[in-house]
Amino acid sequence: MGEPMVSGVTTVAAGWAVFAAVLLGLLALFAAALDGVATARAERSVAAGGGGRPGGGRRGLAVPLLEAARLLRQCRRVPVASDVLLWRVGVAGLPVLALLMVAVVPLGRWTLFDLPVGVVWFNAMDVAVWAAVWLAGWGPNSAHSLVGGYRFLAYGLAYELPLMFALVAPAVAAKSLRVGDIAAAQDGLWFAVWMPVAFLIYCMGALAFSVWGPFSPALGADVAGGVSAELSGADRLLLLAGRYALLAAGAAFAVPLFLGGGAGPLLPAWAWSLLKTVVLLAVLVLLRRRLPAVRPDRFMEVGWLILLPAALLQDLVIALVAIGRQ
Amino acid sequence: MVLDVGFWVVAVVAVASGAAVFIVDSMARATYALALSFIAVGVAVLMLRQDYVGVITILMMVMEMAVMAVYMVMFMGMNPALMPMSMVHDNRRAVGAAVATFVVLGAGALLIPWPTRRGAPPADPTRALGEALMGPHMLAMVVISPVMVATIVAGVVLAAHRTRYDRFGDDLRRRPARDPRRGGVGR
Repeated sequence: MGEPMVSGVTTVAAGWAVFAAVLLGLLALFAAALDGVATARAERSVAAGGGGRPGGGRRGLAVPLLEAARLLRQCRRVPVASDVLLWRVGVAGLPVLALLMVAVVPLGRWTLFDLPVGVVWFNAMDVAVWAAVWLAGWGPNSAHSLVGGYRFLAYGLAYELPLMFALVAPAVAAKSLRVGDIAAAQDGLWFAVWMPVAFLIYCMGALAFSVWGPFSPALGADVAGGVSAELSGADRLLLLAGRYALLAAGAAFAVPLFLGGGAGPLLPAWAWSLLKTVVLLAVLVLLRRRLPAVRPDRFMEVGWLILLPAALLQDLVIALVAIGRQ
Repeated sequence: MVLDVGFWVVAVVAVASGAAVFIVDSMARATYALALSFIAVGVAVLMLRQDYVGVITILMMVMEMAVMAVYMVMFMGMNPALMPMSMVHDNRRAVGAAVATFVVLGAGALLIPWPTRRGAPPADPTRALGEALMGPHMLAMVVISPVMVATIVAGVVLAAHRTRYDRFGDDLRRRPARDPRRGGVGR
């Protein structure tokens, strides 16, 4: 690693961070709208079958905007003896961490922060989500919130190590921790194709650190909303938007890591990056209605007895191939 | 210039939040004040162009503090962790030890004849650091890591109050194991 490798990625001026934030916000809005439409459709089919209330209807698309408007006007409620500082840090931490994640993701040829250890950076940010979600659960001094926070940590202890070793595979294959180099190393063959186990575990990790789908019991209705139990007004909006932003960041990072980055015919590189991100994000959003919730106490064994060995075996195969190629 | 100012800012944040660990009255605040201190140290290391070491410091320390939050409720009997509590004990001796340590380290830093720089910093400081630390001792490092893992596993096994006889019966033949909670993979 004496001289910098040619990765074809140029660092743009820091002012473009505003553009990145807007783009991340739009992706999060897309995810929320898609989930709104899917929810409205599911409600309609239930209403049609069971004679429930008709409606939901076409408003699904506008649900996130209406909800945001409602929450922005809502009065903020603070429980007695809550630790407001830690609570606010945790809640506001989610969208901030999502933005820090996308800082190292190249959009086609441009990147905000061309860190030589971009993959480790992303990993550090997704670990910081542990802290943010737990703090958001701890802050309001409420039993239900705290249970939600600990549920998330229980998932974390199970999903994080498999996720880390899944991130190792592309880095080993590309012989670099720089995100741009990893995207450039996949000409012709996407890493998702020849390291499918790592890709699937990564997608599971993205669902998990976004508290989404199978990992949503941290916000579960059975504990009165868990981490979100006491949240109201702008705080609630930040947490919900932060989840979608994390999901979007997870999808965006998968593109240079597993899906060939900006490579593709006809369209320019930035368009391919964006297109792949949108498609993967849509899949992750819609998976919520397809997968059952996993129990935090049972998932520990799944993580350590199945996912971790699977990720390690994947790394071994990739390492052997990488050595054989030299 | 900007880098110098930034370095001093994170240095002050690291020390101040380290001190806050002993001033605040809640386990959660103490834990995350320590996390903030470590993050500031990680950023300082990042500014020294030790990219990998800096980012990995942030990663490991934030994770460690989150795990500490698990332990703090798991192992603290009647859960004083959830109540306001003092973060110091044995005050007088602790202050004495702290002052003595500060004087010794401060005197050392001021009195030692610092060497002048020889040569230029390498192109990749992380690699140079790794080779200086590990290069001739790779075998020792390779041996030490499984020993450390074995120590951790042995420590957990010794600390757990349920043994394999509780799980598998006196002749170790009971299948599936009798656990207070069923596992997630159908055992």
